[in-house]
Amino acid sequence: MTQLARKKIAKLERLAELAAVHANEGGESLWREAFRRLRHNPAAIVGAVILGIFVLVGFVGPFLVPFSPTQTGLGFVSEAQNIIPGPSAQHWFGLDHQARDEFSRMVVGARQTLLVGVVATAFGLFFGCLIGGLAGAAYGLGGKRGRSLDNVLMRFIDMLLAMPGLLLAVSIVALLGPSLTTVMIAVGFVSIPTFARLLRGSMIAQANAEYVVAATSLGVGRRKIALSHILPNSVAPVLVQATLTLATAIIEAAGLSFLGLGNPDPATAEWGAMLTDALARFEFAPRLAFYPAVGIIITALGFTLLGEAMREALDPKLRK
Amino acid sequence: MALLNVEDLTVVFGGKDRADVRAVDGVSFEVRAGEVIGLVGESGCGKSVTSLALMGLLPPKGNKVTGKAIFDDGVNLLSTDQRTLRDMRGREIAMIFQDPLSSLNPVVPIGVQVTEVLARHRGMTGERARKEAEALLDRVGIPDPRRRLKEYPHQLSGGMRQRALIAMAVACRPRLLIADEPTTALDVTIQAQILELLKELVHQDGTAMIMITHDLGVVAGLCDWINVLYAGRVVETASRHSLFAQPTHPYTHGLLASIPRLDSVRGDRLNPIPGSVRDLLPWVEGCAFAPRCERVLESCVEGPPALVGGAHAYRCVNPFGADS
Repeated sequence: MTQLARKKIAKLERLAELAAVHANEGGESLWREAFRRLRHNPAAIVGAVILGIFVLVGFVGPFLVPFSPTQTGLGFVSEAQNIIPGPSAQHWFGLDHQARDEFSRMVVGARQTLLVGVVATAFGLFFGCLIGGLAGAAYGLGGKRGRSLDNVLMRFIDMLLAMPGLLLAVSIVALLGPSLTTVMIAVGFVSIPTFARLLRGSMIAQANAEYVVAATSLGVGRRKIALSHILPNSVAPVLVQATLTLATAIIEAAGLSFLGLGNPDPATAEWGAMLTDALARFEFAPRLAFYPAVGIIITALGFTLLGEAMREALDPKLRK
Repeated sequence: MALLNVEDLTVVFGGKDRADVRAVDGVSFEVRAGEVIGLVGESGCGKSVTSLALMGLLPPKGNKVTGKAIFDDGVNLLSTDQRTLRDMRGREIAMIFQDPLSSLNPVVPIGVQVTEVLARHRGMTGERARKEAEALLDRVGIPDPRRRLKEYPHQLSGGMRQRALIAMAVACRPRLLIADEPTTALDVTIQAQILELLKELVHQDGTAMIMITHDLGVVAGLCDWINVLYAGRVVETASRHSLFAQPTHPYTHGLLASIPRLDSVRGDRLNPIPGSVRDLLPWVEGCAFAPRCERVLESCVEGPPALVGGAHAYRCVNPFGADS
């Protein structure tokens, strides 16, 4: 075994040990208390139920759908005669313009939407927190040099903020070529500035807290103070924002698909693209626009409800 | 030989668009090993700024610190780099703060916060650190330390929180402990317990301590030597015995007279010092205490009074005892 590997293992063991020492029992932490308040908030429960159903559909739905979402010719469709069959016992949501089962496409589309929302938000969260955390720690603890680093990072963020979100996303897709991955990157990229500024501000506010001075007075190192003291006290607003961003990410991803910048394969079931297809047939089959629109609205609502409830639960001013 | 020798410590707060404020103005004192000295004064007299300056904990911007604070005949705490200070903090010098609740990280269990110090200065990790942390909590009188290590600060009582902070401060047996009003945020009954604990720990470890307080009762029971501060300067410095037997500066006298006494007649009014610290005169123009002083003379405002009087020194031209 190499020296490095041995060191790594020793470190992991130490971490596991620490976690074991501190994880069990414990008392009621800030998070547990927030969770308890969350459980008593009806909005949070409604949001959680919506999201629960959404996630369930996204995960297991595609295995249970009655028809393949890409199978065409399930019935008689004539766009020239304005005939697209509506809901029936066999096809619950009716057929679409290529005679595919609309219900199956909605269910499979849920997975796509969930994937885009989560991956895009995770992308933005990761890079936003990286930049914001670095800037916040540098500004709060790094002295003069830290402040210059913070300045450089934040001016970069300002540049991103100067561009309208959707326009920025469209430019990124144009640059990288339309695909599902590109949509996720573009939507995530747009949310980077929000996360970065939020975490930075939150960390700077904590940097002058008394417990930070107290830890400093005991000789605790700056990296340790940033990671184990300031960061845990600063993440609450970022988590709330992440939940809310999931909602906007879904809407933005649908928007990009709607503009024809999503997955270029017309066969894939994707709510935003379905909306685009529906637009051309809106006059005689408005229900085709109704399903994906309602899907997008309800999931976005679920995330927003939960996010707002989380904000309330974690807000120290609203705590009893 | 002095463990800490503070000479002419001056802290000036100022910025481009505000007037300079001399929060600490040429303070000198020394702390011998194992000795407890008191810095006494009301809010705004510069006692907390003094302690923060010694620890190098003042914000990096907006202030200027001059003077010398030689620790153990070697390092000048005021001019040394932050790296050296970080190594010294917690190991050589530690500090206890006023408000135990805000001085503890609310989202981290007590145990992590205690073991962190042990890891930093004594290289202890894992089970060994946990055992030591348990012993430390036990030493400062926290019952059931094993359970307490897993709890969060808000689950502990005020007194217990301060005990936990004291445990962290004495974890590495520092040679100097700075206690910045450690009992102000606590109940009176708990105050006495905490002071007793500090006294005991300092005695056992031979630690020197700087006790910062506005409460003369605290210094009376604890300190060997007392410095009374007013508007950033030492106005009287004496041994405990001498100070309480013969308060010489009118400010010290006023502080002592303002303490309510059990044996005073019911209905007697309290004797506060009139005015507030805001009514001060800049020292360069004369005695800063002159506007509030009952023994004020014309010569008081003719220039800054010097610190006179040998071992029991005072900064006053018309001290108590001068006319009798």
